[in-house]
Amino acid sequence: MDIFLQLIITGFMVGSIYALVALGWTLIYKSSGVLNLAMGELTLIGAYVSYTFYMWKIPFPLAVVFTLIIGVILGLLTERIFLRPLIGEPTLTVIMVTVGLSFFFRGLIFLFFNTDTLVFTPPVFPSEPVRLGNVVIGQVYIWSFIAALVLLAVFVIFFQRTRWGLAIQATADDEMAALSLGVSAKFVYAAAWAIAFMAAGVGGTLLGNINGINISIGYLGLLVLPAVVIGGLNSVPGAIVGGIIIGVLQNLAGGYLDPLTIAGFKVFPGGVKDIFPYVVMTIMLLVKPYGLWGWIRIERV
Amino acid sequence: MDTNGSILKLNNIEVMYHEVILVLKGVSLQVPAQSIVAVLGANGAGKSTTLKAISGLLKHEDGAVTDGSIEFMGQRIDRKHAEEIARAGIVQVIEGRRVFEHLTVEQNLIVGAHLRGGATVKPGLERVYHYFPRLTQIRHRLAGFCSGGEQQMMVMGRALMASPKLLLLDEPSMGLAPLLIKEIFTIITQLNQREQLPILVVEQNAKLALTVASYAYVLETGRVVMDGNADQLRDNQDIKEFYLGLTDLGTRKSFRDVKHYKRRKRWLT
Repeated sequence: MDIFLQLIITGFMVGSIYALVALGWTLIYKSSGVLNLAMGELTLIGAYVSYTFYMWKIPFPLAVVFTLIIGVILGLLTERIFLRPLIGEPTLTVIMVTVGLSFFFRGLIFLFFNTDTLVFTPPVFPSEPVRLGNVVIGQVYIWSFIAALVLLAVFVIFFQRTRWGLAIQATADDEMAALSLGVSAKFVYAAAWAIAFMAAGVGGTLLGNINGINISIGYLGLLVLPAVVIGGLNSVPGAIVGGIIIGVLQNLAGGYLDPLTIAGFKVFPGGVKDIFPYVVMTIMLLVKPYGLWGWIRIERV
Repeated sequence: MDTNGSILKLNNIEVMYHEVILVLKGVSLQVPAQSIVAVLGANGAGKSTTLKAISGLLKHEDGAVTDGSIEFMGQRIDRKHAEEIARAGIVQVIEGRRVFEHLTVEQNLIVGAHLRGGATVKPGLERVYHYFPRLTQIRHRLAGFCSGGEQQMMVMGRALMASPKLLLLDEPSMGLAPLLIKEIFTIITQLNQREQLPILVVEQNAKLALTVASYAYVLETGRVVMDGNADQLRDNQDIKEFYLGLTDLGTRKSFRDVKHYKRRKRWLT
């Protein structure tokens, strides 16, 4: 029972990081309709950028802030150089470009860093775990959870309250009507990419603190796909809940399915943890393709 | 109509879609300051296109003004982007009640003030709720779930939030119940009189449009075939028959009356 609780809690906390990245993904999809398959690499870039700053002896919170700033710059550049010329092109073309982008970014990372696993040294968070009764949780999880929650809250407030947040949502709903009120669609797309880079950057940084930094962060970042499919592709609350669900499911799969043995034989050869989210995604697509909160057109009654 | 004092002038504009389809074949019209001008016409006559040409939304649909010019308060705007034109003060209410479904009514209105900055939001909202008191009660409701009339008020209020200098209304009566249409048109008149807001309204409901407008243009297949003061047009035989659905009192329409075709043809040439 303790193990179950522990798996749930840490899964929830890692899930909050996925939620953050998924939110960035959803934003691009909502506002510009671009299905971004390079999200894992955005996460990867964030991890390496903040690692670099941290290694330059910049205090961790400040390193995160710099990562956010770099994220904005990279987001604006990516949108301007790669995505804007494609406005009005077929969806498939745009998706293929994001696939190309993902290889491009990964190549850049290999160019500047090695493929070896890098670790934040000295560790950012104390390695002393926290005990809640019989449940033991690493501090890195708790702090990541808090950081992810804060950033999620900031984004949600941004969307609900600020002028640009509302403009982004309006463009997602009806681009033409937004344009008639002077909302610049190009600016909205650029803002969406900037925010996605920011969210992914922080997500990558937190994941890097938990697992160490190597290419696998990119695969963790790609977990946004099952997360957003569960949540419904264009729902912000859906992305958040979907991310958390994926975190929990992944942990439970790792905790129970991986070591599962029947009559002395291992049922799974290992690695269930990594593929389980995609199994869930496939089932979700078969059963409920709109996800939990995806937009089916609002029908007035 | 005298050319002085007009805030909007369309000089013989041609509009083409996808570089091949000629939709407007030389349309000229003017909107005098502080007045309501109506554009009438059947489906496909080019009414909406005319409005989109003015507001710049045309470029978004792969259309372009290929000839002629559009002047707004003395400046040429036909080459400008929709965003710049909105900034200059022309706000179009697109046909079909295009609300932001997943935002609340009030959030919809706030998006309207996007170009005007945060300080205008509060007085703007008060003004909108003053003209559309119905919106006050549903301000926190999701726009997608509001009724057709409420949505029409919302999109008009949203345009008002942008403090326009010229309002373009595309078919405000479309798909609404007669009583609601009456209410909406009363508000249009109020906006024009109290706010001194010039309005260019496109309507299929000619009868209604001619009661609120002071001047009207009749568009057919991309050309202005007739224009004049609203009361003149109301008395015009052709308008009566083709747009108001009236024939001479007491006489029945007969298929023998081939003059119908002749008259119509005269317009087309």
